Order: sequence, then structure tokens, then C-alpha cells
Amino acid sequence: MTQAQQTAVKHDAIYSVNQFNLWYGQDHALKDVTFDIPQNQVTAIIGPSGCGKSTFIKSLNRMVEMVPGIKMAGSINYKNKNIFDPKYQVEELRTDVGMVFQKPNPFPKSIYENIVYGPKIHGIKDKQTLDNIVEKSLKSAALWDEVKDRLHENAFGLSGGQQQRLCIARSLAIEPDVILMDEPTSALDPISTLKIEELVQSLKEDYSIVIVTHNMQQAARISDKTAFFLNGEVIEYDDTNQLFSNPSDQRTEDYITGRFG
Amino acid sequence: MVRENFTEQLDHLNSQLVEMGQLAQKAINQSILALQNQDVDQALKVIDEDDKINHLEETINEETIWLIAKEQPLASDLRRLVSTLKITTDLERIGDLAVNIAKSVIRIGDEPLVKPLEDIPRMATITQEMVEDVLNAYASEDLVQAQKVADTDDQVDEMYGKIVQELMEMMAKHPEQIAQITQLAFICRFLERVADHTTNISEGIIYLVKGKVYDLND
Repeated sequence: MTQAQQTAVKHDAIYSVNQFNLWYGQDHALKDVTFDIPQNQVTAIIGPSGCGKSTFIKSLNRMVEMVPGIKMAGSINYKNKNIFDPKYQVEELRTDVGMVFQKPNPFPKSIYENIVYGPKIHGIKDKQTLDNIVEKSLKSAALWDEVKDRLHENAFGLSGGQQQRLCIARSLAIEPDVILMDEPTSALDPISTLKIEELVQSLKEDYSIVIVTHNMQQAARISDKTAFFLNGEVIEYDDTNQLFSNPSDQRTEDYITGRFG
Repeated sequence: MVRENFTEQLDHLNSQLVEMGQLAQKAINQSILALQNQDVDQALKVIDEDDKINHLEETINEETIWLIAKEQPLASDLRRLVSTLKITTDLERIGDLAVNIAKSVIRIGDEPLVKPLEDIPRMATITQEMVEDVLNAYASEDLVQAQKVADTDDQVDEMYGKIVQELMEMMAKHPEQIAQITQLAFICRFLERVADHTTNISEGIIYLVKGKVYDLND
């Protein structure tokens, strides 16, 4: 690790990833990944296709375990507890860590039902409480004003950008600490993209956000830290402004200036 | 290679910047020659040719801004474009200072000089070398040479102080020559400013290569 990388590691880490390795069968998909994800900050994960970005982000909520034949080594600590410890309850982790995907994936239900789905599973039945959760989540996701008069209409009637914000609202409804976003704007138009970006900025006051993106300028605009992945390795992890203006590794330079990848 | 088009446009920008540097250097050299020969025609030519430098600055800046907008450059690409914008400003100012020197030469005209020129040509030679060296340092991205140019600036500042002091003493002795001596003092000032701009360009080169900002004027 370079000196810049060492000083970039902060102590208020929500996740601490240590020598984490992952194999899909023979394929060594993540190699000795080691870095801290800071609390109440936006951490961007960049890198060419197949570099392990999505595998990494799906490891953070253990979604990666659904892939058959994987093998792992090393540790990922969430709030100082190893999430791969056999005693660690995955349900507990998923309550704390929400996820938003590349394509908006609302449930085929009303806007209201999309939001209350998670809280209901967690046993909340009181209508007033659920109403409050719906309003609060939609407001946090900057969607309330656009949908408040049609909460009981089907979510599929919303535009793509609105659906994605609904998915963000849905992930906020269970009051997580972390939101993982896997290319959340790659299927959206520029205005919806900017709305999501602004949303991410405002959400970091209350949440820690990890976002995978192929858009360098997006990473530069919205993140505090950036990790550059290549062939399953973290090549460089640093403050975003440092990494994009003066990267310390030539491979980072070549990738972000579009010379390869 | 990916981004071949962008790389070509960066190269084109670079060659225009080098051309602008050569024009600014030529302007300074010609204005000094005009002074030494008290050649008003030569001075008029310097003024006339400044348009070229100004136009080139406009062209380079427009192309740079457009490249920033459409290519969204990062890392060394971004630094190259930002330093290009900074360096063109300094080169354009060097061109303007050559024009200022030329105007002073015209004001002095063919009136005999109060004393033969010695110190000013020496100061001019050092400044001209700084311009030449800083352009070479840019072309070869040579940090050592860039630093050397910045270091030389102290010498020029010192000479400037000394020469102006002497010119002021001369004013006291030859009050009838105040107009000419004032123009000579102005010329010293213009040369000192040229040296400052080469120092700024050195900073631009260091930013381009290392991504760090240094104030070399201190």
C-alpha cells in the first residue's frame, strides 16, 4: 500500500475488509481485498467489466453466497463483526444493509405496498406507523411530492427514474445503516441520474453508501472515497479528488483517462 | 489505442501552444533588438504582430474548453488542459509586455540615449534565456529546467532593483532627460514582469507533471 493509501484509511469505518478472497469455482474473482469503508461517506467502486466490483459489493451483504460453488477466505467486518462468521445471522445483516440494483425492480404492487413490504416483514402492523414510514421514506428519496396523490397506484406506472427512487425509498423503509448501489443510474436518463446523484449526496448524512459505477464523472461528483478494482484486486484506494486528479498508480491513470478498459 | 481522436486533439493543442510560445519569445527578442538599435520600424512590427499571439490564445482556449466539455478529462489529461489554459495566459501577457517595450522604444525615438545601454541588455538577455528555457522545459516536461527558470527569477528581480535605483539617481542629475529615463525604467519593469510570467509557466509545468501546485514566486 502506498503512503497515500495508508493515510486514506480512516478509523470510523463501518466496514473493514481484510485480505478478502473469493473464488467462483476455479476463478479467483477477488484477491486480497483490503480496505475500510468509512461511515457516513460515499465510497465509489470503479473498474472495467469483470474486475470484481459487483462481486465485491454483493459480498458486503452476503448476496454472493447465493452463487453455488463459491469459496471465500479472509474477512469482512461490519461494525467490528465478521459477517461470514457462522454465528452471524444474515437476516440481521440485511436489515442493516439495503441494496439498490442497476435496473429498477419495484414489486408488482402499489407504491405504498412497495415501501411497507419490508417493515411488515419485520412485524410492523400499525397503520399510522406504516403511513409515517411511507411518507418519510418517499421524502428521503425525493419522490414524495411526485407520488403523494397516487400512493395506491401500481408502481409500474412510474417512470424509470421514479421507479429507481422508489427502490431507494423501499431500501430506506427498513432504516438501514448502509445502502449498496450497483450501477443505480446506468439505465436512467440524465435528469433522473442527476436526481439520484443529489439524493445520494443528501443520504450520506444518515447512511453510509457504497456505489458501483461505470461513470467516472459520477464517481468524481458524488463520492468521498474511490476504490479502483482491476482483475479482482484493489489497485488504488484513495480520496476521490486525489484519485481522479493525480492517481498514484499508472493502471488507475490509464483506466480513468480511458486509455484501456 | 482507445481515445485516439482525443490524443490527436491533445497533440494538436500542444503544438499550437509551442507555436504561441515561439511567437511570444520572438516578440520579446524583437522588442529588445528594437531598443538596442532604437529602431522604431522594428518596434511597430512587434506591435503589429501581437495580434497573432492574441488570436492563438483565443483559439487554444476555445479548443481546450471544448475538450474539457466533451471529453471530460481526468488525471494527467485534465492537468494538461488546465495547465494549457494557465500557460496561454502567461504567454499572452509576455506578448503584451513585448508590445509595451516596443511602445517605450517608440516614445524614446531616435533621441540620443542619456548613457549607453549596458545593464538593461544584460537583464534582457537573462529574461530571454528564461523564456527560451521555460519553453524547452514545457516541451520536454523537464522539472529540473522548470525549477532552474524559477530560480533565475531572483537574479532578475535583483537586477531590476539595482537598475531602477541607478535610473532614479540619473534623473536627479539629468532632469531634462526624465521622459527618456522613465521609459527606460518602464522597460526594466516590463522585463521583470516577463521573468515573473516565465516563473508562472514553470509552476504550470510542475502542476502538469506532478499534479502539485507550487508557488515559485516566493
